[in-house]
Amino acid sequence: MLGLGKKDITLFAVVAVLALFAPFILNPFPAGSSLAQFNAGYPDLMQRFVIFGIFAIGFNILFGLTGYLSFGHAAFLGAGSYSAVWMFKLLSMNVIPAILLSMIVAGLFAVVIGYVSLRRSGIYFSILTLAFAQMSYNLAYSVLTPITNGETGLQVTLDDPRVLGQTATADGGIPVTNLFGLEMRHFTTLELGPWQFQFSVGYYLCAIIMLISFYLAIRIFRSPFGMMLRAVKSNQQRMFYTGLNARPYTLAAFVISGMYAGLAGGLMASMDPLAGAERMQWTASGEVVLMTILGGAGTLIGPVLGAGFIKYFENIFSKINDQILHGWVAWLPDGLEDLVVALIHPFVGKGWHLTLGLMFMLIVIFLPGGLVEGGQRIARSLRRRKSTDDGKSASTEPAE
Amino acid sequence: MDAVILQILNGLDKGSAYALIALGLTLIFGTLGVVNFAHGALFMIGAFCAVTLNRLLSLSHQVVDETQKDFLGNPLKVDVPYVNDIFGEATGSAIIDWSVPLAILFSIPVMILIGVIMERGLIKHFYRRPHADQILVTFGLAIVLQEIIKQIYGANPIPTPAPDAFTGSFDFGVLLGFDPNAVIYPYWRLIYFAFAAVIIGAVFAFLQFTTFGMVVRAGMADRETVGLLGINIDRKFTIMFGLAAAVAGLAGVMYAPINSPNYHMGMDFLVLSFVVVVVGGMGSLPGAVAAGFLLGVLESFASMNEVKAILPGIDQIIIYLVAIIILLTRPRGLMGRKGVMED
Repeated sequence: MLGLGKKDITLFAVVAVLALFAPFILNPFPAGSSLAQFNAGYPDLMQRFVIFGIFAIGFNILFGLTGYLSFGHAAFLGAGSYSAVWMFKLLSMNVIPAILLSMIVAGLFAVVIGYVSLRRSGIYFSILTLAFAQMSYNLAYSVLTPITNGETGLQVTLDDPRVLGQTATADGGIPVTNLFGLEMRHFTTLELGPWQFQFSVGYYLCAIIMLISFYLAIRIFRSPFGMMLRAVKSNQQRMFYTGLNARPYTLAAFVISGMYAGLAGGLMASMDPLAGAERMQWTASGEVVLMTILGGAGTLIGPVLGAGFIKYFENIFSKINDQILHGWVAWLPDGLEDLVVALIHPFVGKGWHLTLGLMFMLIVIFLPGGLVEGGQRIARSLRRRKSTDDGKSASTEPAE
Repeated sequence: MDAVILQILNGLDKGSAYALIALGLTLIFGTLGVVNFAHGALFMIGAFCAVTLNRLLSLSHQVVDETQKDFLGNPLKVDVPYVNDIFGEATGSAIIDWSVPLAILFSIPVMILIGVIMERGLIKHFYRRPHADQILVTFGLAIVLQEIIKQIYGANPIPTPAPDAFTGSFDFGVLLGFDPNAVIYPYWRLIYFAFAAVIIGAVFAFLQFTTFGMVVRAGMADRETVGLLGINIDRKFTIMFGLAAAVAGLAGVMYAPINSPNYHMGMDFLVLSFVVVVVGGMGSLPGAVAAGFLLGVLESFASMNEVKAILPGIDQIIIYLVAIIILLTRPRGLMGRKGVMED
């Protein structure tokens, strides 16, 4: 079906179900209960899940398949955001042209940067991409201020032309981003007993685009083109000797992943029409590397898992404060309670980055294949235990 | 002309910091073959060694001073540092004043210890792993170190002044026959440059003229053969890692008065230092030093108003631009050796 193998269909179906039912799955606790703060099913956060999922899927096409570690992918995300906001300013508040333009601009950027950077490999490639991204970031802050609006960030204003749309709404406000009239921020709330579920237009648009990009990623992974990219990773030299030029393949992978990043940037701007230079900073590039590694580089589902995982914990961990901690361990004796809170305190709230760094190190050290590898290991050990049980009973039976 | 000299001088102190960090990075890369993204964090920890020593020395207790009265007429309580009790008041305050230079002595053992623990505890297990893994794990480590420092010292920069004797500026222009005040340069930056030159010289001399250095150089060239000759090269390389950490730490200690230390200063320098290392050529020590000074001076030239008027924004991107041009025209960097990081 759709050119996918049986396994891939299951995988795609799982991701599709997760994405489409996310408002339910991420809201397991009734609103108003003490655990409601762990609910992640509100539109803003869910949008971030899928948008960063797209970003990571794209990054994985480059890093996971070819092994080229780019430290400058945030530049494409930023370029995408800026072009989308410009589209909102000049053309109309419809998201479709904005997203298309952001992909095109990011793709052009990627052609230029990739053409230069891919002349080198290994750490030189990482440094070159990093240099380009930092250059764009610095330029966006200084000289390019007329285009990027510098530190303030680019925003839609009331006196933008918006040739195809309206400059201001009837009541004088700034029009909101929409899809042929369907407002992105519009959402309906479904109340089932104490539970509240929010379904937002913006989220579902992002989710559907994420599913399309995921589908394309599967097709790329399984195609002869994907095979070539894997060959680049495993032995580029041998590829040369076979008479194949690796450069066009890697450049194509670079441009595709750049366009994915641009798409993510465009979606980000569509959900909230502003763009700032900090989206291009190298820490932002580091974040997507982290997501991909954490989930499992080179696997299909890994980047999506990683993106969701990091964004979820970023949101939850940074919300926990001392008060909540005291609430949890209130059953302990007083002295011990304070001790436990003091011990956990550095890792939550503002200290979330510490947890992230530790988690990242542990993953790289013990689980280089990321969460996916962890899952596979568990599954394998379960299966082995089962089969040895079978084997034992099979071998012991005749003796009896 | 005087403006040009001023820019060269301005570039030198930043260039010295780049050169020192890049030297350590190259040492680690050349000996252990590890790409250490946590090196900027070591620089930052060095700067916080200065902060820590300053705080330790300023630890004080309250004493009731009968000679001074507050506005109610009660005897005033004053803070008296413990060092004043031990060494007397004049020596005590001099020690506190000189806390940054003293921190050099304090930081060397601390940094070597941190370096050795890092190498034995973490980096050792990553020799055989791909470079991407090394980059990632040290990147994680850098985040962790940075966050720990942030937890202890807070997110704000901590001013750490140089000794009073060095607070002024030196009128460099008079020496060269310019008008007074045409080329003035803070003493401490001059000292920083001299200090960096001494450290760089010491590292080179150590590698060039001692038996230990000879073995290390041999190990950099061919690790296996040196191992086969019955030399425990791993231990020597561990010591070199400690040394590289100490170099980065010293660079940080001395940089504290120039820029108040904050927890992300390491990351800010790291990216640039990596560019420096790559421009100089991976694994080449003279290349790293030369590229450090070169890029530092170029950066300060690019921030001249005359240059900015012709090429707006050039000051922001000059380093990256130079790096891109050099990498594309001289793929191994300025002085890169053949066979290093060719894959």
